[in-house]
Amino acid sequence: MNIVPEPLTHFPWKVLALLLAIAGFGTLVLYSSAGGSITPWAINQAVRFVIFTGMALVLSRIPLEIFARFAFPAYGLVLVSLVLVELIGGVAGGSQRWINLGFMQLQPSEFMKPIIVLAVARFYALLPVGEIRRWSAIWPALVLIGVPWSLVLVQPDLGTATMIAAGGVTVMFLAGLPLRLFIGSGLTVAAIIPIAFSFLHDYQQKRVLIFLDPESDPLGAGYHISQSKIAIGSGGLWGKGFLKGTQSHLDYLPEGHTDFVFATMAEEWGLAGGIFLIGAFLLLFRWGIGVSLRAPDKYARLVAAGLTTTIFFYVAINLMMVMGLAPVVGIPLPFMSYGGSSMLTVMLCIGIIMAIDRSTRRASQRRGNWA
Amino acid sequence: MKLPRFKRKTVNEAALSFTFTRRAMVVGGLQAGFGAMLVGRMGWISIAENEKYNLLSESNRVNLTLVPPRRGWILDRYGKPLANNRTDFRVDLIPDRVTDPDHTIGSLAELLSLSPDDVERIRTELEKSAGFRPVQVAEKLTYNQFAAVSVRLPDLPGVAPSQGFSRYYPAGASVGQLLGYVGAASAKEYEERKNPLLITPGFKVGKEGLEKTFDLELTGKPGAKRVEVTARGKVVRELTTRPDTPGNSITLTIDAGLQEYAGRRLGTESGSCIVLDCHTGEILCMASMPAYDPNNFSDGISHDEWNMLSNDERHPLINKSLNALYPPGSTFKPMVAMALQSAGIDPKERVHCPGGYRLGNRFFRCLGRHGSVDMHRAIAKSCNTYFYTMGNRVGIDVIARMGHAMGFGEKFDLPVLSQSYGTMPDTAWKMRRYDQKWTASDTLNASIGQGYVVVNPLQLAVMAGRIASGRNIQPRLVKGRYPQAAPMPFPKEHFDAVRNGMWEVVNGDGTAGRSRLDVPGVQMGGKTGTAQVRRIAGSQRGQSGDWKYRDHGLFVCFAPTSNPRYAASVVIEHGMGGSKAAAPVAKDVLTFLFDPAKAMERLIELEKGWGGPPAERMARQMAAFSLAKAIKKPTTSASSAEAANATAGNASSPAPAQNSSSRPADDDAPSPSPNPAGSR
Repeated sequence: MNIVPEPLTHFPWKVLALLLAIAGFGTLVLYSSAGGSITPWAINQAVRFVIFTGMALVLSRIPLEIFARFAFPAYGLVLVSLVLVELIGGVAGGSQRWINLGFMQLQPSEFMKPIIVLAVARFYALLPVGEIRRWSAIWPALVLIGVPWSLVLVQPDLGTATMIAAGGVTVMFLAGLPLRLFIGSGLTVAAIIPIAFSFLHDYQQKRVLIFLDPESDPLGAGYHISQSKIAIGSGGLWGKGFLKGTQSHLDYLPEGHTDFVFATMAEEWGLAGGIFLIGAFLLLFRWGIGVSLRAPDKYARLVAAGLTTTIFFYVAINLMMVMGLAPVVGIPLPFMSYGGSSMLTVMLCIGIIMAIDRSTRRASQRRGNWA
Repeated sequence: MKLPRFKRKTVNEAALSFTFTRRAMVVGGLQAGFGAMLVGRMGWISIAENEKYNLLSESNRVNLTLVPPRRGWILDRYGKPLANNRTDFRVDLIPDRVTDPDHTIGSLAELLSLSPDDVERIRTELEKSAGFRPVQVAEKLTYNQFAAVSVRLPDLPGVAPSQGFSRYYPAGASVGQLLGYVGAASAKEYEERKNPLLITPGFKVGKEGLEKTFDLELTGKPGAKRVEVTARGKVVRELTTRPDTPGNSITLTIDAGLQEYAGRRLGTESGSCIVLDCHTGEILCMASMPAYDPNNFSDGISHDEWNMLSNDERHPLINKSLNALYPPGSTFKPMVAMALQSAGIDPKERVHCPGGYRLGNRFFRCLGRHGSVDMHRAIAKSCNTYFYTMGNRVGIDVIARMGHAMGFGEKFDLPVLSQSYGTMPDTAWKMRRYDQKWTASDTLNASIGQGYVVVNPLQLAVMAGRIASGRNIQPRLVKGRYPQAAPMPFPKEHFDAVRNGMWEVVNGDGTAGRSRLDVPGVQMGGKTGTAQVRRIAGSQRGQSGDWKYRDHGLFVCFAPTSNPRYAASVVIEHGMGGSKAAAPVAKDVLTFLFDPAKAMERLIELEKGWGGPPAERMARQMAAFSLAKAIKKPTTSASSAEAANATAGNASSPAPAQNSSSRPADDDAPSPSPNPAGSR
């Protein structure tokens, strides 16, 4: 043990290897998706992965207290950006999500996904233990979640809004609020879904309806889901082989390098590739939950579990969408889908969880030395 | 609401930590569960439903285009093609891939010199059939036009030049009525058959005649061209292509040479000529003229040509051999003579002909004063008085019975679209039809093949064949093994009496003495007929005046008389007389069977007088028709004259069998003779 220097043993090798496996696989799929070319997607994605991994490693060395202290200010900042988007943001694809900063397109709603976890966790960490079963434990959290949720929803970006709400509510659940609250509100939500449905935009309503019966419109709005299922289904157990996918290479699969990258992968690598990928993600989540269980203080626990769940939501919503179990909402698959914003967000989450892991280890060592 | 209750429960840091641990485990468990569910779902799609999605993926990837099958050939009895397929070049448009329809159609119109009508049609079809189904631009292109389009393909997205087959009838118009023609399937035909092949460009179905009755056999199995395409319809590569299976060929009993000869020999007349093998019933030729050239139909007929054909009083669109009915006139008499004998009349019995027959206060005229005639002489001289007298004696029902036995009023088992079977009247028929009693004068008229009697030319030929062979032959069009026809249930002497009379008609002192066969050792027996078109009124005797009121000329015959082999019928509409118009045609056609060279020589001689071979005459007629139309409508004169020239050029080209050396000098001037409006 002593032969290897301590910084190296503490380096999160296992997680990095896992991420490298997922992202490497993703790069391979993007290479194939571009028709066997590293441009334009695979190379960019690889470079981004390296940069964002570096960023995550830097984040992991930042003391946890900093995250705790800056949770609310960061939350405020992102909230202001969301309002700015509403006022001056560019319209893309029927919704207002972007601020053009000149050198890059900024999508503040993306940052809200991890920040909401930090903010709600911070709130429960500050809340005195005895207060947890009072009204005062609930409404501030609901406000913290509700404001960005509604701002994102009116953009409109149903997928991101759902993830913000889900991330926040997960932290509330982990913070120890009474279980019956969740069951009760779950039932309430089920009751108001039909009402909410009528508030959706036409294209969203259509997406939901078509999600329920994609075959009803295979050439129109159900096209995405139909083609995605064809790609996955025709892959079989072992897939059609690397670079041999017809759905993706002949352009039948829309968004084959972004939201529907999993279908591109499944066509060429089959169920085997899918099991590998889902298994890798489950290992990542196990690591995240494990970090949260080991973490000594409440804030760290909530943040680690909350951020893990945020990554989980990315994966779950995206996979359900491509397999025809959820409507088409633009949620990318982490490390696989081409795009900088989502990778940045997920790497932020990973970096913070690594920071928690690191501080937990140091604390236990310190304790160990003194004991 | 219930919240105040919670205060009672003591909450401390340790309990909360425990809650967190438990709930984090729950979250982790849920995540694992979700992962398992996703794997399960993916397994369901990719393993259980793999087959379904594989199929869908293939149908995405592979675009299947039908390759129209080559149509089966129609062969004559010696294996010579009456209808075959010629390679042709065509150009289609794939609507999906056309980026700039106006530019594309414009360029094509220029390259292929399309008419404004065609451009309009392509435009509307392109709008209607948005998709991958090709729209026909033009077919039967020359190689140069085809090449001109092919080299410009990079600038013309969506244009698909291809090589296909089109129907070709080497004999042209002479087989028009018999074979019919082919054309693109109509919407109604597609509704009936629901076969996607029918709407494949370049695919033709039989529209008339044998092409229609044998359509299913002639149609082969389509081939398929498989190409890998992208979602935008771009062809990535060609996959395996299944070749088409050509349709079955059909061998007819027709003798192509004889059929063409007969068609040409009818010349400028309107009529029919049928030759049968009188032992087997095989139809050796069945010509009906004037006819359309089926080659012109198979690539779509011009509006002008269609108008000309349908307005022609000589009805080129009707198969006169089967679908025209004529009073048989005196050609009926051999059958009546058989009937008389079957009723016990002795052929030796004599009847005095004073130039007619008195029935009550009416006098039925004969063609002359024949004096005392027996059956033999009555047939030879076509004496009406004899048949009036004897017919009246035996009664109509005896004649009708024999008439049916000889084929009159009967429909034959032939693969044709329709047969008009005419009328063989009897007492019951008149009662049924007119609710009137049959009268003696009806019998008299029927005895000489007038009155209610109407027959088609094929029935006349069958009668001639049955009398010549004494066998109950059935006409056949398709070559095959048929059992020998049974002998007819009448004594040989009866047949001999009639045959001898018919021999006399041609070779003795008879009505067709001028039409003796000029072939050593072969003699022909026959019977002329002149059928009134309308009642003789005043000075109009059916021998002059308007063409359409003149008498029909008919002739039935068989040869050789020593051992009959062939039987024939010739009908010349408004030809004024059987001996004058019909018998010479029969003579030449039968001569062709025994001495083709001699017959051909005579035909070429005749055609010089008519203004050249039929294709040339038709072309000139078409040009004259278009010109007349252009003069009537001066506004469109320029384009019509152009069309007329173009049609004239087209019509003369697909007739390689014609002898072009006999082209007359006045080729450029519209000749009045074949013009339907002209007087003869």
